[in-house]
Amino acid sequence: MDKFNKKDYKKYSDKKVPNPPYLKNMIMAFLVGGIFCTLGQIITNILKSNGLDNEMAAAGTSISMVLIGALLTGLGLYDKIGKVGGAGAAVPITGFANSIVAPAMEYKREGFIFGVAAKMFTVAGPVLVYGIGGSVIVGLITLLLR
Amino acid sequence: MIELALKKIGAQTRKMENPPSILSYYSIVGPKEGEGPLKDYFDLILEDDLWGQESWEKAESKIQEECVRYAIDKGGLSSENIDYLIAGDLINQITPSSYSARQLSIPYYGIFGACSTMTQSLSLGAMLIDGGFADYIACAVSSHFSTAERQFRFPLEYGNQRKMSAQWTVTGAGTTILSSTGNGPYVKYITTGKIIDPGITDSANMGSAMAPSAIDTLVNHFQDTGLDPSYYDLILSGDLGYVGKDILMDLMKKKGYDLSKNYTDCGVEIFDKFEQDTHAGGSGCACSAVVYNGYVFKEMAKGKYNRVLLMSTGALHSTMSTQQGESIPGIAHAVSIENTKE
Amino acid sequence: MEYIKAFVVGGIICLIGQVILDNTKFTPAHLLLTFLLSGVILGALGLYQPIVDFAGAGASIPISGFGNSLAKGAIKGANEKGIIGAFTGGIEATGAGVAAIILFGYIMAVIFNPKTKD
Repeated sequence: MDKFNKKDYKKYSDKKVPNPPYLKNMIMAFLVGGIFCTLGQIITNILKSNGLDNEMAAAGTSISMVLIGALLTGLGLYDKIGKVGGAGAAVPITGFANSIVAPAMEYKREGFIFGVAAKMFTVAGPVLVYGIGGSVIVGLITLLLR
Repeated sequence: MIELALKKIGAQTRKMENPPSILSYYSIVGPKEGEGPLKDYFDLILEDDLWGQESWEKAESKIQEECVRYAIDKGGLSSENIDYLIAGDLINQITPSSYSARQLSIPYYGIFGACSTMTQSLSLGAMLIDGGFADYIACAVSSHFSTAERQFRFPLEYGNQRKMSAQWTVTGAGTTILSSTGNGPYVKYITTGKIIDPGITDSANMGSAMAPSAIDTLVNHFQDTGLDPSYYDLILSGDLGYVGKDILMDLMKKKGYDLSKNYTDCGVEIFDKFEQDTHAGGSGCACSAVVYNGYVFKEMAKGKYNRVLLMSTGALHSTMSTQQGESIPGIAHAVSIENTKE
Repeated sequence: MEYIKAFVVGGIICLIGQVILDNTKFTPAHLLLTFLLSGVILGALGLYQPIVDFAGAGASIPISGFGNSLAKGAIKGANEKGIIGAFTGGIEATGAGVAAIILFGYIMAVIFNPKTKD
């Protein structure tokens, strides 16, 4: 078989892959993401009207949205939401919860120590590492710039 | 250089001197496959993908084991009659196959060819029988959507949106019992594939990665045998999917081989494109295995096809190799099967 | 009115994410990381907070909001407590979410089993 050019083949084969339904995907991402954010706003307002200050209301909203994402994952609903909503399900903090709860549930079959607890962060680990690590760097830079 | 191998007819093809017979066959599939276009051909459709087991891996092992047992039974044999079990799957260290073999107590060779394992197993089995080393061989493979997904991609409850080139791993198992005597259909030629790596790094685009090796095997088969694609009533690739099938037909045409009349792909045929939303089609060892053992051999028995060329295709990467920046190497093994010996 | 702002801004942020998903090789995991880091960087530069002030949950619920909280918390910690604060600030600000995820993740794994996709 004659040697072919890998770059040419990549361009050729990429053209053979059908395009995703761009418009439908964008609309669904917008709607699903918008719904999750509106839900978060409703929760924040409820917490504030119960006397919590801004900071506590924000923390309480985080916890609530995480719980909602975790529950929807546990009930087997979040993967259906993700299939339809794409980024609208992945980007909100509920999607972050899904990315931790899904492997936690999955690796239960390998036990609670080396399965659930160890592999919980296979998808979301980078978020925590770069997020927390990044925050320290931001803090240190702040000190340097003073 | 002394060459004593008389059954060689070219670099990659071997001709069987006493073509082994396909004695019996069996196919088991999961619920999704059981709702697809070929549902009436499968021997057993499962109601769920756990089959009473505690994990998907244990379920896959049970599916493979039961498939082998049923196939042996259909051939009027018992497992003591089987000289070799040649089996494989997609899971790390092919544990579903090994745990199935543990229950079957047949002398066992575990093999790994990713999704090309079915024809790899048939090739090795045919050569062992034609070489006078065995009378009965069980060739078995399995795959399972959930075991493949959690090993290669994401946890099952993860809300990911699949790419358009992604393929759906078939849940199921297929077994063929080959024998040294019988009334056919017969394994006539086998063409062993070489690994061809076109440099694709996206594991969601396996069809593109595997097509070049499929082309290489087909071209070598036709050159070695002197046959033309039109010689066969049906040419089937394993799981190139819609994308890979398109590439194969296009590039084979450029080489002077017209596949438009009699070629299709198991990954394309096993799921309904519009109803079942599998994007680029089916994949997995069982994809080709259940189509051969469910649809093809039954239609050959009816006389709809008399000469077929079956070619399962595999992508030989691992989760680690793609993360290390390696591209995806492909391989394809072809087996020609005819209703008559000559 | 604030619900509409939350809906629209949150929707737009997710729409941007979808465009990235559909036009690159990025997986949802890459997307999470990209949006998080964008939130950290924009938050550090003080550019994200105005969006939060305007759209509320529309900016805080996406993971970029989490990044913004991390950056803001780190800056506050650094200003109030020096070097130690640079380390503790981010985690302190986002501790509720992280602790909740770990606990609820574990509990859901105990209660529920994963089911396959159709």
